[in-house]
Formats: sequence, structure tokens, C-alpha cells
Amino acid sequence: MHTLTLSELAKKLRAKEFSVTELTKSLLARIEESQPTLNAFVTVTAESALAQAKVAEASLASGNAGPLTGLPLAHKDIFCTKGIKTSCGSKMLDNFVSPYDATVVEKLNAAGMVTLGKTNMDEFAMGSSNETSYYGPVKNPWDVKLVPGGSSGGSAAAVAARIAPVATATDTGGSIRQPASLCGVTGIKPTYGRVSRYGMIAFASSLDQGGVIAQSAEDAAMVLGAMSGFDTRDSTSVDTPVPNYVESLDAPLTGLRIGLIKEFFDKGLDASVEKLIREALKVYEKLGAKLVEVKLPALPLSVPTYYVVAPAECSSNLARFDGVRYGYRAKDPRDLMDLYKRSRGEGFGAEVKRRIMTGTYVLSAGYYDAYYLKAQRVRQLINQDFKRAFGEVDVLMGPTAPDVAFGIGAKASDPIQMYLNDIYTIGANLAGVPAMSIPCGFSRELPVGLQIAGPHFAEAKLLNVAHAYQKETDWHRQIPAAFKREKLS
Amino acid sequence: MTWETVIGLEIHAQLSTKSKIFSGSPTAYGSSPNSQANLVDLAYPGVLPVLNGEAVRMAVKFGLAVDATIAPRSVFARKNYFYPDLPKGYQISQYELPVVARGHMDIVLDDGTKKRVGITRAHLEEDAGKSLHEGLPRQSGIDLNRAGTPLIEIVSEPDMRSAKEAVAYLKKVHTLVRYLEICDGNMQEGSFRCDANVSVRKVGAEKFGTRAEIKNINSFRFVEKAINYEVARQIDVLESGGKVVQETRLYDPDKGETRSMRSKEEANDYRYFPDPDLLPVEIDAAYVANVKATLPELPDQKAARFAAQFGLSEYDAGVLTSSKELAAYYEEVAKLLAGGREPSKEQAKLAANWVAGSLAAALNEHNLEIGESRIGAAGLAALLGRITDNTISGKIAKDVFEAMWAEGKHADAIIESKGLKQITDTGAIEKAIDDVMANNPGQLADYRSGKDKLFGFFVGQVMKATGGKANPAQLNELLKKKLAG
Amino acid sequence: MSLNRDQINSIAHLARLSLTEAEIPVYQDSLSKIVDLVGELDAAQTAGIEPMAHPLPGLAQRMRPDVVTETDQHENYQRNAPQVEAALYLVPKVIE
Repeated sequence: MHTLTLSELAKKLRAKEFSVTELTKSLLARIEESQPTLNAFVTVTAESALAQAKVAEASLASGNAGPLTGLPLAHKDIFCTKGIKTSCGSKMLDNFVSPYDATVVEKLNAAGMVTLGKTNMDEFAMGSSNETSYYGPVKNPWDVKLVPGGSSGGSAAAVAARIAPVATATDTGGSIRQPASLCGVTGIKPTYGRVSRYGMIAFASSLDQGGVIAQSAEDAAMVLGAMSGFDTRDSTSVDTPVPNYVESLDAPLTGLRIGLIKEFFDKGLDASVEKLIREALKVYEKLGAKLVEVKLPALPLSVPTYYVVAPAECSSNLARFDGVRYGYRAKDPRDLMDLYKRSRGEGFGAEVKRRIMTGTYVLSAGYYDAYYLKAQRVRQLINQDFKRAFGEVDVLMGPTAPDVAFGIGAKASDPIQMYLNDIYTIGANLAGVPAMSIPCGFSRELPVGLQIAGPHFAEAKLLNVAHAYQKETDWHRQIPAAFKREKLS
Repeated sequence: MTWETVIGLEIHAQLSTKSKIFSGSPTAYGSSPNSQANLVDLAYPGVLPVLNGEAVRMAVKFGLAVDATIAPRSVFARKNYFYPDLPKGYQISQYELPVVARGHMDIVLDDGTKKRVGITRAHLEEDAGKSLHEGLPRQSGIDLNRAGTPLIEIVSEPDMRSAKEAVAYLKKVHTLVRYLEICDGNMQEGSFRCDANVSVRKVGAEKFGTRAEIKNINSFRFVEKAINYEVARQIDVLESGGKVVQETRLYDPDKGETRSMRSKEEANDYRYFPDPDLLPVEIDAAYVANVKATLPELPDQKAARFAAQFGLSEYDAGVLTSSKELAAYYEEVAKLLAGGREPSKEQAKLAANWVAGSLAAALNEHNLEIGESRIGAAGLAALLGRITDNTISGKIAKDVFEAMWAEGKHADAIIESKGLKQITDTGAIEKAIDDVMANNPGQLADYRSGKDKLFGFFVGQVMKATGGKANPAQLNELLKKKLAG
Repeated sequence: MSLNRDQINSIAHLARLSLTEAEIPVYQDSLSKIVDLVGELDAAQTAGIEPMAHPLPGLAQRMRPDVVTETDQHENYQRNAPQVEAALYLVPKVIE
């Protein structure tokens, strides 16, 4: 049953081919068996999962079930879960048990989904390889010597290895799409403001957005619909109705105008990846879409813009971790200053400290205008580029990442090389537009992702476009050899 | 050498909202530690601020009352610094775009002249929690009940030139926020606080001197003392050839001096930037008009009306309008005295003298607010009614007032039980005059030989004989006649 | 551009981060590279461009009604606290 998508699982649960408890137990076993090789989870919530399974069974039996009732999922450990450790991949929160549920968790609980556990991630979502986690790196299920991407590496690896049928994730600069690409799964980052940020531990507030990593666009549509929506607890949540993403999945693509971002097909893009992207585009042409080249001249500045804006916001967002009210506290502090400096110095990992320091620097007296304000102006230029492009085309397409998954440790020592992994994904965060990544083939036996972006609140269109491709191809149904069997050990 | 003092004030007024500025926690004072701090106030991971609309409305109300510009778009910014009473590691405040800008307030100086003090801005922000040091040897305890209580910080121009002016301005702002019912003004509980920026310069100099910021001045009296101390200290430093350092100083009311604050020694770099968790606050003309319609009669308007309507002096009008409750009390007394009709100038003046005089003195002596007065408006009006209907004299009325204050009885009951009713019977007064004249033949002779001054002696003697109850006007008239022979 | 030791130390102090001796040159190197990377922004023509603080321009702050929605839960919330006494969070003495 691990190879089934959510919609397939939902049908079989209703047909009583197996029960929610059987499904949950089978996945919990897979998680446990995969943990030594993949390290995809920080916490497994077996007990509460089985309790949720029982409740789901009751609602299925009584006919009160919704479309997601009884379907298991994993939450990225950045979402606060009541009564469950919420670590954000950090030593700082290793002992932190959230007293409340994030809005996303609350909504998916209410939809009857069964939480299997919390997935591993780059510390405070800062990283593109999952190597910055306090709990050790997550491995790529396609080759455990390689990184799964990040920061939602645990979620992507879990779905790729079919140890969780679907997982929540977050994306600040590509943290859903890049690991989805590297692990061969489908990931969507919705429009900024579409999914509530309440209870999602903040990295960079003006860029962070929750989303889904799933086996298919159809599965993503099901879960995204349930987790989206207006939330009075998040001032940046947008009060517009959530369309039924599943209903519009099969709309024809005839006349669809696809923009190819000229700046993305540059020398930094691996040739074999480019070839696969071009092949995917041919599938779209066959489906009736038209390809148009568009220019987004400010987009190449998205990496430097991001590395001002995101660290600036993170330096402030992470100031609350001071060892006073929760989280890690240094032993025997000499005085208040010592308490602060050592709790933070010892509780945060190297990359988090690097970003806090970068952000502190760009906001500090004398540098604010040159860096922060300048970056905000360039952000506006990038935003205008997207706006202009979406005046000409319906969606934009290109690669999600410059290359396939790289080796664990290969880029860990050079932050700039690591940052350039997100070169194609950051733009969507800066402009707040929705974007997704879908598998479009293999290079060197490793998955490659096609990125699709749309204008604000065009999630339904993106999912429709992605689903059309997945009806023509089966890249998204590929499972890494080591995880094909039901029993892993 | 002569020095000129330059003072600007930063006033923090807690807004009287029921809930906090960014959370639904209550704002009551004096609750048990951390019982009013929710996840947002505690800065738990993942939580977000949501703005209390009432706090914005109150800030706009203040802005309109000081003739300021209400910003159509204002922005919340983060002020970043680490302190245990600041759970997020930043304070949500307003920086470049405050909600209120460019207003002013007129104060009256001792010599009666008016002075206009500019208000640079008033912005919304959240209060911090409290660090408690008592009872813990090497530690401080943090109570975050106050964290997130809405504040407006009212920043004045450096327009004040003496501690007295600063106090006059502070009092005026204090009166205003209570009129507007946006702040309870309680300085002991810290709902109304003030920091003073103080500098001195040579008379005639254009450039301001280096300023010190004095914190923790929590009473009007301390403001004056702290500023005067600081001015003297700075002049001392300058005259002995030193330089004033720009720094934050703490006022110590026990020692009556200011001292440098160690914790604020290092140069602050607050790294302000727009808070990405909050969007710009947009206020349109309709909103402003709506708030404007709810503004009460303001202190200056009320004082002007009292002067015009009741013929009061500017001074009396100012005193009687120093609080909304006092003004209402006064108006009630005057109206009741006039039997519910528009009071005459005399009635209004009589009421004013008593409310601003005996009553104010009694309240002051017992440290009571007007709302806690032991004599209500109706009681005082009844007493004054006995003066105007000649039942008692003004002098006897003072005794009756004291008895009313002490015993809580109606004026008439006291007049009755103590037999204080004025003697208006001509025969009785004449009898008393005759007796006095008969008993003081020498003085009578002297008076009649031209010593007019002795008239007072006879008035006194007759008053004494009647227990002070003779109607003074009648007594005067009859005595003059009799003495003339 | 390269950042010197003192700059790294003062940034770390402002951010309240203790750094080991070994960490200082590492951050000196990587922060210098990052500063070079973000220095690419200099080339952008941004005269007259409005800074963008938020990805959904045109939206204004919503206002919540002034209603108390919270009750005392300090015991629950203090379960995560490293050191508490008499419902107060404890820190080394604050000197004013």
C-alpha cells in the first residue's frame, strides 16, 4: 500500500481493502526501518498516530469522513505540534514541546489526517542540503551518499521513499521545490499569504510560506486545499476564498502560454538537466501549449537580494531564542550577557549563526541603506519583472535546481556554492508568487525537477498544468530501488 | 556666565484598552506574575502579532486633540535589542512613519503668558515586561504581564526652557489623555511615564548642547527635581571646563540625583526595519472624521467656555478644567445652585471659589480624587444655597463645610443642630448693638469724636455677642445708624 | 570586501553570540564572501524604485476588536522554561 497515492489510498480505505490502522502501522514500520539509512524523521508519533487512526476509522464507518480522513502524513518539524517536540532541526529547541498547534496542523488534524511524525530539516530551515540539522543529515533515497536537498529534506526524502504518502513543508528560498527536485517528488510553494504562517517557526517572515510535498500534483491539490485559507492570527494571511484545487486539475491546456525564463538557461545550468527540461517542454507543446521566451533582467540579482533580506529578518526573528522562557540555556552563566551569548552560541549551529551575523551586519548603523534598503529596491525590480512576465504568459517554466543531487559534504564548506543551489527558486519567494517542482526525468540515475511558477493565487492553474504532464508521463511514479518493497528490512 | 536650559520630553502613555496591542491577553495592573502573558506576549516560536484596532483609534484621538497630522499610512518597525523584559528580542514600535506627527500643545507660564510646545510625533508601540530584583540574591525574576500593553510615545520638540515649563507641559498632556479616556494617567502604576532630554547652552547660542536622557521620572515633583539637578550638574561640568557626555541617566528619587546607567552604556544600534509580520496601517479620511466626532470637549475648549459662560478668570477656569471630573463637578454645583437653570455670574463665581478653594484644599489634604470627595455636588450646592438665601454667612459656611466633610451630614442638618442659622431679625440685632454700645462707652465716645476705624471693633463685638450669626449686611446698616446716634 | 576580526567580534556581540577562537576566522572568511556576493546589488539601477517590504503590495493591516481572549496559563507555558520561581522566569541579576 506504500506505493499508492493519496487519492488511491482514500478509495481503498473506503472500499475497506485495508483499515486506517493497518495503513498507519505499515507506514510506521517503514519509517522505523528506514530511519538508520535515511534519517528523515526527528520524531515519530506512533502512539498519537494510532489514536488518530482509530478516530478516522470511526468517522469513515459513520460516513462523516472527508476526502482526507484517515490519510497519513508527516509534518516538517518547523510546524508547532501541541504536546509534541518541535525542534526546527536545532539543538536550541531539542527540549521544546509546543503547547499549541500551528494553524496548518490544526486544519489537517481537523480534516482527519493521521500524523506519523515530524520530519528532519535544515536547522531553522537554513540550508539547501539538510546538512545543517542538529539531528544529522537526511540522505537522498535515490543514493544515500547524496543530499536530499533542503531545507525540507526530511519531507522530500520521506515522500520519495514512500515512508509517508505526503508531507507538509515550507519554502523561504526554495526549501520545498529544491528538495522535491532532488528527490523526484512533487512540491508546491503557494502564494505568500495563502497558507497561514501561525505556528510555523519563522525564518524570514516576508518570504516563508508553507506548502506540500507529495507524490503527484493531484495529491498536492488535495492537501493544499485543506491547509490553505484565511487566518485571523496571521496578519499577512490573505482573505480570499480557497478554490477547489482538485476540480480544476483536468482543465485542457490548449492555448496555454508558457514563458521560458531566458536568464535561467545560462551557463550555470547542467546540460543534461537542460535537455530534460527541454523534453518536458515538448510534452507541453504536444498538449497544446505555446512556448514564449521572456526576459526577467533583474532576476539574476535574486541571490544577493535574498542573502540580504532573509538574514536580516532571521537575525531579528531568532532573537527570541535567549535561554530564558524555553529552549536551550547555557550551564552556569556568569551574568546576563554570558547567558545570552553562550545559550545562543551553543544552541545554534554554524549556518544559523552565519545568517544571524549576516543579517545583523546588513541592518546595522551605516549599512542599512547600502544593503537592506538597496535589496528591498531590487526586490521591487524582481517583482516588477514577474508582473511584466505574467502579463505576457500564463506560467513560467524552467529548471528547479542547476543540477541533480550532490554528495553529502561536497558543498558544506563553501556557503556561496551552497547558496547558488537556490538560484532558480528564490525569485518566486521574493515576488511572493506560487511555484512548484515536478519530476521530469533522470540524469545519471538521479531525478530532475521542472519548475512551474504562476502569478499570485494561480495555484489551481499550476496544479492543473502539473497534473496534465503527470497524466502523460510516469516520472512521478518512480520509486528508488531500495524502497520499492513493502518491508524494508 | 548665564546658561539656557533646553528640554524635550518623551512621554509614554499606556492606552486603556482591555486587551494588549498584539494579543488577546488582558492588561489589568497588579495581577499575579505571568498570569497575563500568552504565547504571543511570551514570544513563543511561531506566533504572530495581530493589531488591536482600539489602540490605533486611541492614538488617532490623541493626534486630533493636539492638532496633529494623522498619517494615512504608518508602519510598524522592529527595534532590536536584547533585554530580559523584552521577550522577542525586539520591540514592535513605529520608526520612520508614525501614526501621529506634527502637533502642538499650549501651556500657560507662571506670569500668565502662553507658550506653544511642539509635538514632533506620537507613535504606537508595545510596553516591555518587568524585571524584579527583590528577594532573589543573584538573580532577577521576569514578569511579562506588562509586555505588549499598548503605549503611545509622545515626543515633544526641545521647546521647553525650564523644569517648570516641562512640568506644565507634562501636566497638560496628562490632563488631555485623561479627558480623551485613552490613558488612566496613573503615574505610580507606571501608566504615564516620562523621560526628559536635558541640555544647556550659553544664552544666545544657536546650537543645542549635548543632551542627557533622564529615565524613570514617575511623578510631577520628580520631573522638576530631576531636571533641576541635571541642569545644575551639566552647568557644573561645563564651568569646570569639562564636557557633557551624551548618555542615559537614571533619576534616583531617594538621593535626589541622576546617575549614569551602566546597562545602557554601550552605544545602541537598534537595527530598525519594517516588521514583516505586520502590514502598513492605513487610515482614511472617513476613519479620521469618525474619530473626530467622538472627541469630547477638550480642556482648553472647556476653560474658554467656562470663562465666557460663567465669567470666570482664566486662572479659575484653568484650575476647574484640570480634570474632566472636576469640571463636571463644578458645573453640577453651579447648576444646582441656580435651581437647575443657567447660573448667574454671581452663583457661578461663588461655586468656582468654593470648588477651587475649600473643596480642592480638602481633597488635596486627604489625597483624594474628585470622584472620592466626601461632599458631593448636590451637598455643596445645598450649602452654597444657604449662603445665597442669607441663612448663614460665608464665614459660618466654612465651619459648616468642615462639619459636612467630617460628619457626612447635609448642610441644613448641621446648621440646625449647631444653631448656626443667621440672625436676620432687626430687633434682635438692634438689641445686641444696644448692649455693646452700653458696655463700651469709651470706644463709643472715641468713635463719635471721629475715630472711624473703631467701626470694625463694634462689628466684631456684635458678631461675638451673636455667635457670629448676625447677617453681616444688616448688621453693618443698623450699626452705622445707631453709632451715628 | 573583507571583514576584520574586530568587526566579526562586534557583530557577534550585537547578535549575542559567543564565538570560539576557531570560529572567528571561519566567519571572517565566509562573511567577507557573502558581503562580496551581496555587493553585486550595487550595480542595480534603483533610483526612484519604492523599497518592497512585503510581497503582497496594496494590502493593509487588519485590525482586531479589543476583546480579551486569553486566560491564565502560566503553568502550562512555563513547562518549557529552564528556570522559574514563584511564576517568574529567572535570569542572572539585571543591572540597571
